[in-house]
Amino acid sequence: MSVEPTGPIKIRLEQIFKAFGEKKVLRGVDLQVHEGESLVILGGSGTGKSVLLKHVIGLLKPDSGTVTVDGTDLASLDYREITHFRRRFGMAFQGGALFDSMDVFHNIAFPLERTRRFNRSQIRARVEECLALVRLEGTEKKAPSELSGGMRRRIGFARAIALEPQILLFDEPTSGLDPVMTAVIDDVILDLKRTLQSTTITITHDMTSAFRIADRLAMLHHGKVIAEASPEGMKNSPDPRVRQFIEGRANGPLNDHPADDPFSDHPADGPLNDTPEEGPSTKTRPPQESP
Amino acid sequence: MGPIRQLFETLFTEVGRLTLLLWRVLVWTPRPPYDPRQLLEQMVRIGIQSVPVVLLTAMFTGMVMAIQTYRVLVRFSAEAYVGSLVSLSMVRELACVLSALMIAGRCGSAMGAELGTMRVTEQIDALEVLATDPIHYLVVPRVWATTLMLPLLVGIADAVGIFGGYLVAVVMMGTNPVTYMANTFQFMELTDLTSGLIKAAVFGLIIATVGCQKGFYTTGGAAGVGKATTQAVVTASIAVLIADFFLTKILF
Ligand SMILES: Nc1ncnc2c1ncn2[C@@H]1O[C@H](COP(=O)(O)OP(=O)(O)O)[C@@H](O)[C@H]1O
Ligand SMILES: [Mg+2]
Repeated sequence: MSVEPTGPIKIRLEQIFKAFGEKKVLRGVDLQVHEGESLVILGGSGTGKSVLLKHVIGLLKPDSGTVTVDGTDLASLDYREITHFRRRFGMAFQGGALFDSMDVFHNIAFPLERTRRFNRSQIRARVEECLALVRLEGTEKKAPSELSGGMRRRIGFARAIALEPQILLFDEPTSGLDPVMTAVIDDVILDLKRTLQSTTITITHDMTSAFRIADRLAMLHHGKVIAEASPEGMKNSPDPRVRQFIEGRANGPLNDHPADDPFSDHPADGPLNDTPEEGPSTKTRPPQESP
Repeated sequence: MGPIRQLFETLFTEVGRLTLLLWRVLVWTPRPPYDPRQLLEQMVRIGIQSVPVVLLTAMFTGMVMAIQTYRVLVRFSAEAYVGSLVSLSMVRELACVLSALMIAGRCGSAMGAELGTMRVTEQIDALEVLATDPIHYLVVPRVWATTLMLPLLVGIADAVGIFGGYLVAVVMMGTNPVTYMANTFQFMELTDLTSGLIKAAVFGLIIATVGCQKGFYTTGGAAGVGKATTQAVVTASIAVLIADFFLTKILF
């Protein structure tokens, strides 16, 4: 069930810890993404998936641990360098994060205009192309406030891919979309991977979608990567927490709280008692046995 | 000891934060890419669209000043100096402080709310992701637009305030219009005018920096935006009044 490396390592997270005040969100995340790979991150709501993604692009700084992209430690860049460094990224936010002072056209044109590499007609052509990809042709003049949540998400997706970046980060790109539209977005992600060899990290709750686009999946739970495997490996995982998540059962080991959660008054029991694990590992991590 | 120490601590952290933001604004200002559209849009919003508010404020202040000074000066039989007093008060002090307070209420709050909303809806994160420094893109044009437009507004307020005083004195009090006008400019020097305008520019800088700082570092969703908006107005107004004291002491 071990995962074979597919190319040079593009993104490497080592022992990332992050807390907001008392709340420990990430508790030692180790993760690697290879060039051209599509990694899907699974995990329940509020487990820190979005926070993790923001570390990859340097929007959040870890309390400890390092984020390395293309061999560059993000912590070594000052705020001007990191602004430039981000040209290689595209990111779609969970809520779309469209600029509500601009219409749809200018939202998607924004990254194109900022690079100063394109003329007006090139920008117009590219915006139309991106809108066609997410099946929202003809919405150029609409304001973000006129769009539904799902439409905003798709526009945010279109904006993220407009510059065809090497690294794509998608935060729940298909949540709230109907199955057909989900498949459309999945196809765009697969297409980008094929044509541009983009490295992508996608957060999703949609298991069908996850297995469709993933070369590898990682499951985040209580601030740690508890399982990491190929789609096949994940489907056949014996880990009860993984089983509960991919089978979508209401009750199971995922409902337990770890002992060191400051907001938990639950007794510490079950396979989720996280004891610190040492060292980065790309193997599936077996759950600890109950005492 | 406790509360006083706390007050000073708040004061110093506040000043520290603002200085930091202002520093970053200055660092980013000369850097490309330049976006004159952003600056222009902010100048219209802050300058042109605030004209009615500033106009009304100055007009009524000038009129009230004329009534008040007349009633007091008449006791010394010095009512001939109403024009001088009204115009000097307007030009040196009232026009710039009152305009600044109105702009703090109108534009400082808008900056707090707008940037705050952009923060909590991840639009500021999105700017960063799109390789755009949000301070460069959002804060720089707002700070410069306010700094440039406030003196302009104060210039208008000066004129309108003096006109308000004239109206009251001539129409209501029956002062001779020619003597009133002569009186108005009799004791006025150029420095009276310029010091008011310089103060206005500094107030503009303060209002925009405070408004942007509050909005930019908003946390905690919609409630956080509300807090940022209120704080933008309150902090900016207080900062304007404090700065006014020191500037007045230095400039005259
Ligand atoms: N900027 C922040 N300040 C404080 N707490 C935060 C912040 N961002 C996220 N959190 C907290 O971190 C936890 C994980 O959030 P998130 O990564 O958004 O979860 P999800 O896995 O659903 O994407 C949540 O409990 C959230 O409240
Ligand atoms: Mg999330």
